[in-house]
Amino acid sequence: MAEEHYLELSENPVQFEHASSVNNVFFDEANKQVFAVRSGGATGVVVKGPDDKSSVAFRMDDRGEVKCIKFSIGNKILAVQRTLKSVDFINFIPDYPHTEFSQECKTKNASVLGFCWTSWNEVVFVTDQGIEFYQVFPDKRSLKLLKSQNINVNWYQYCPETAVILLSTTVQGNVLQPFAFRNGAMTKMSKFEIELPVVPKPAKLSLSERDIAMATIYGQLYVMYLKHHSRTVNSPGAEVVLYHLPREGICKKSHVLKLNTTGKFALNIVDNLVVVHHQSSQTSLIFDIKLKEPECAVNTHQPVLPARSIHPYRIPLSGPAAVPTQPPVPCQLYSSSWSVFQPDIIISASEGYLWYLQVRLPPAVRLLQDKGKLMDFLLRRRDCKMVILSVCSQILEAQENGSLPVVATVFDKLNQVYKEYLEAEQSYTAAVESGPTRGAAAQKRPVRTQAVIDQSDMYTHVLSAFTERKDVSHKFIIAVLMEYIRSLNQNQITVQHYLYELVIKTLVQNSLFYMLHQFLQYHVLSDSKPLACLLLSLESTYPPAHQLSLDMLKRLSTANDEIVEVLLSKQQVLGALRFIRSVGAHDNVSARKFLDAARQTGDQMLFYTVFRSFQQRNQRLRGNPSFNPGEHCEEHVAYFKQLFGEQALMKPSTV
Amino acid sequence: MLMISPKMASGAQEKQFTQSLLSFFIYNPTLGPREGEEEKKILFYHPSEVEKNEKIRNVGLCEAIVQFTRTFCPTKPAKSLHTQKNRQFFFEPEEHFWIVMVVRNPMIEKPNKDGKPPTIEYQEEEILDTVYGAVVRQCYSMYKLFNGTFGRAMEAGGVELLIQKLEKFFYRYLQTLHLQSCDLLDVFGGISFFPLDKMTYLKIQSFVNRVEESLSLIKYTSFLYNDQLIWSGLEQDDMRILYKYLTTSLFPRHSEPELAGRDSPLRPEVTGNLLHYGRFLTGPTNLKDPEAKFRFPKIFVSAEDGYEELHLIVYKAMSAAACFMISASVELTRDFCEQLDSLVGPQLTLLASDICEQFTINRRISGPEKEPQFKFIYFNHMNLAEKSTIHMRKTASVCLTSVHPDLMKILGDINCDFARVDEDEEIIVKAMTDYWVVGKKSDQRELYVILNQKNANLIEVNEEVKRLCATQFNNIFFLD
Repeated sequence: MAEEHYLELSENPVQFEHASSVNNVFFDEANKQVFAVRSGGATGVVVKGPDDKSSVAFRMDDRGEVKCIKFSIGNKILAVQRTLKSVDFINFIPDYPHTEFSQECKTKNASVLGFCWTSWNEVVFVTDQGIEFYQVFPDKRSLKLLKSQNINVNWYQYCPETAVILLSTTVQGNVLQPFAFRNGAMTKMSKFEIELPVVPKPAKLSLSERDIAMATIYGQLYVMYLKHHSRTVNSPGAEVVLYHLPREGICKKSHVLKLNTTGKFALNIVDNLVVVHHQSSQTSLIFDIKLKEPECAVNTHQPVLPARSIHPYRIPLSGPAAVPTQPPVPCQLYSSSWSVFQPDIIISASEGYLWYLQVRLPPAVRLLQDKGKLMDFLLRRRDCKMVILSVCSQILEAQENGSLPVVATVFDKLNQVYKEYLEAEQSYTAAVESGPTRGAAAQKRPVRTQAVIDQSDMYTHVLSAFTERKDVSHKFIIAVLMEYIRSLNQNQITVQHYLYELVIKTLVQNSLFYMLHQFLQYHVLSDSKPLACLLLSLESTYPPAHQLSLDMLKRLSTANDEIVEVLLSKQQVLGALRFIRSVGAHDNVSARKFLDAARQTGDQMLFYTVFRSFQQRNQRLRGNPSFNPGEHCEEHVAYFKQLFGEQALMKPSTV
Repeated sequence: MLMISPKMASGAQEKQFTQSLLSFFIYNPTLGPREGEEEKKILFYHPSEVEKNEKIRNVGLCEAIVQFTRTFCPTKPAKSLHTQKNRQFFFEPEEHFWIVMVVRNPMIEKPNKDGKPPTIEYQEEEILDTVYGAVVRQCYSMYKLFNGTFGRAMEAGGVELLIQKLEKFFYRYLQTLHLQSCDLLDVFGGISFFPLDKMTYLKIQSFVNRVEESLSLIKYTSFLYNDQLIWSGLEQDDMRILYKYLTTSLFPRHSEPELAGRDSPLRPEVTGNLLHYGRFLTGPTNLKDPEAKFRFPKIFVSAEDGYEELHLIVYKAMSAAACFMISASVELTRDFCEQLDSLVGPQLTLLASDICEQFTINRRISGPEKEPQFKFIYFNHMNLAEKSTIHMRKTASVCLTSVHPDLMKILGDINCDFARVDEDEEIIVKAMTDYWVVGKKSDQRELYVILNQKNANLIEVNEEVKRLCATQFNNIFFLD
């Protein structure tokens, strides 16, 4: 069976000492660090981050059970919560005093639910009665309260990417109050209410922390609510409801993801896809909120692909302890000991692993039959280029009847993205050129994502190999090339010369000269010097190519020299002379070139005419009909004398 | 059959008669080589009511002339014979098969006093060999398009079949020959191309490719708009004659009901939820008619190994017409026609309105000042492109020109001069009627301009033509 697991765990997980009675494990979502605290820190704290730089090991005094432990951004200050009233701080900045200092929460009788770092020296305490925003002064070993807010809090969540804290308030817990933090400022954002499936009577806390997650999708912050299936409401299954949380303005319910099943779920965000893990079936679903569903109501989404489990994973037994012959142990997926963190982290505390969840695109290609939808999906993924190109090749190779409309749709989608990038690049260049006066400095250079598939990608990876195929009819090859050129034109993208060359090559190989002629007649193949030269080279097999080429050179209007060369090579010396006069370049051309050509024709009268014409030119330019030594025409002067006699030479006019 | 021109000469009661077809016959000398069997040589003779011996005599005369002239140049026997009353054209399209057309010279009948019979003046020099020579060749090409070669009929069913086919074809075809309106355009036998922007052209390409892909029976497709060609899947020479058939015979026949408006069959068809105006110009007139026949005309086009026979399906939506050609060995069914109708109808309707829109936009951009104030004919031997601002719309019955026949004759004469040499030339003629006629030949292109500037001198006329070239032909290489 073909590979269908479109999700996988990262190959190199972060390994840490698994949780046990003596070893407590903590995870900090902001720095993505795992803390293994042995015996309250007395026998060591090992911090493992996503890379070696963020990994630290140290000891601290055991002053009671650790509830929470987090570094500030950049590992500058460590904060440890051991009691419900206060948080302790330890400097990790070299040359600063190392002794711990402590901060109690300001609100009387409040218990600290937790804390979050919002910068290297700013920290927020969340208590059951509100939030307190502090600045830490490591040198003075003290904190200063910047701002605080009183509000009853059931629980909270923090999104480090956007530095937004979400508080669950009211008795039912379904009114959510977000706060944003930036540069020492705290902004209260507009609160919103989550619609509960059933309103409990009497009122009690009904919205669980587990059912809410915050994440950025396509650059926008969303609150995701896992709405469980309720028996009273006639709904086929659970849903994930997405609330869009803008920096300013009102938070709105924006998307509904249909899970079509019930049970225990967990959420991840990978490559802007919402991943929903379903524990009982041991499978996961993915949703793309940008994928339009024609048959669904606005903003209701079905899974992009059928449910599949994460790719089987074997725990590598690496390190010095590993015995080479021992096979890797299969890892139990969807284990109840797994913890899932945003955006893409899965931790097995009991086994001591932290994985990043990843999307594998090739299985998606097999699972998604609708090629248009597949392209929409792929174009929004991070590492999509090679997959997209291989899909293009596949479509062309399959050559099923009726694939041309599919090919057209795919090309149009690719070129749409390509065009948007080109336009962004263009306006950026224009802004840079116009100088920094009009806020151009603020404009960032557009990022070229993998989804930008340009003509050279298409040529190199798809089209050039495709046109070489012997088992494909030339009719189909030409149709595909024309479709690509049409799509580029439709998006106002200048077609590169090598594509035209490919078209011409294919037509010539199949002797479809009349077709080529018609394409040129309607300027489907845009004018260029290389194209004109290519046409000239076809003249021996297809004589009209000569005319086509000359017409093209004429239209280019920068190819007068080439036109003269072509005419002279055809021994059309008079034609060349008339042409060069008509464009007003008669004075600067090399007389020798024309005389050479005229002499080659063997037509003496022609030679006479051309010779006299240049003598007249000399007379007009220099007041003397003779040629300059630099023109190297001595040989022709002698020949002229030999043919027509000395007296036939034009005499210098006497003043 | 005599056409009486409305134009009356200055003299009292003069009658002018234009050139007309006297006779048209086809023979093969090898079919009746012995004396007494001469009649067997004759494969077709128009008018058929001519007495047998006269037919034999006329054929014999032509044979003798051709034979006689062969002694001077074995490879190029006589092509035409000029006499006071008429002119004969000889053409040997296939070995031993001769087509002869006899055209009566135009004449003026001058009444005589005293009850004497009127004097007839024949205008021997009015007829151009090139024009009528081309007409004869066209007759053959048209026959060949629908019947294949003479040799093919002989192989298939002997002389009897050939005679039958010739009779069937030429009986009708000769009635559509309008010799008095033949001119330079018949010499060129060109194709008028529809001017179109690149994007719309590519859309048409895309349409053609898709239709050919989904209806894989279709071997070739051609696309026309407003009776002008946009795309030909056929080779140039085949397209040339098919184009002639479409524009001078098939389209005019169908345009009359369209123009009539009321009672026209032009009601939109509904396929699925798409409204379309597509209909078959060949084959079934109404798909829904249970009695409808799915027979299409067959045509013969050149192929790698001789000729191939094809069904010709012409399908039109508004001003856009697509010709689909399918191997004649396939039998076309109702199913196929319905499939084609539902696939092509909506798309072609859409394309037709797209093209129309683009065309109007382009016209607006180029503005009225670019509209030609010149009367000219342009022809390119390389792609057979022709353009004429002299000719009005061609209909089935007549081809109207907006200039005097004398001027048209001058154009024909210049063309003969051009044909004689290979080199580029330019000829400027001042006509009797104060018109200037300019002919230019550059590489494979010919341009003829008629200027109505009474007092202009040669230099001014030359300048004027240069200006025309710069505005109308600025995107091609035309030597000054």
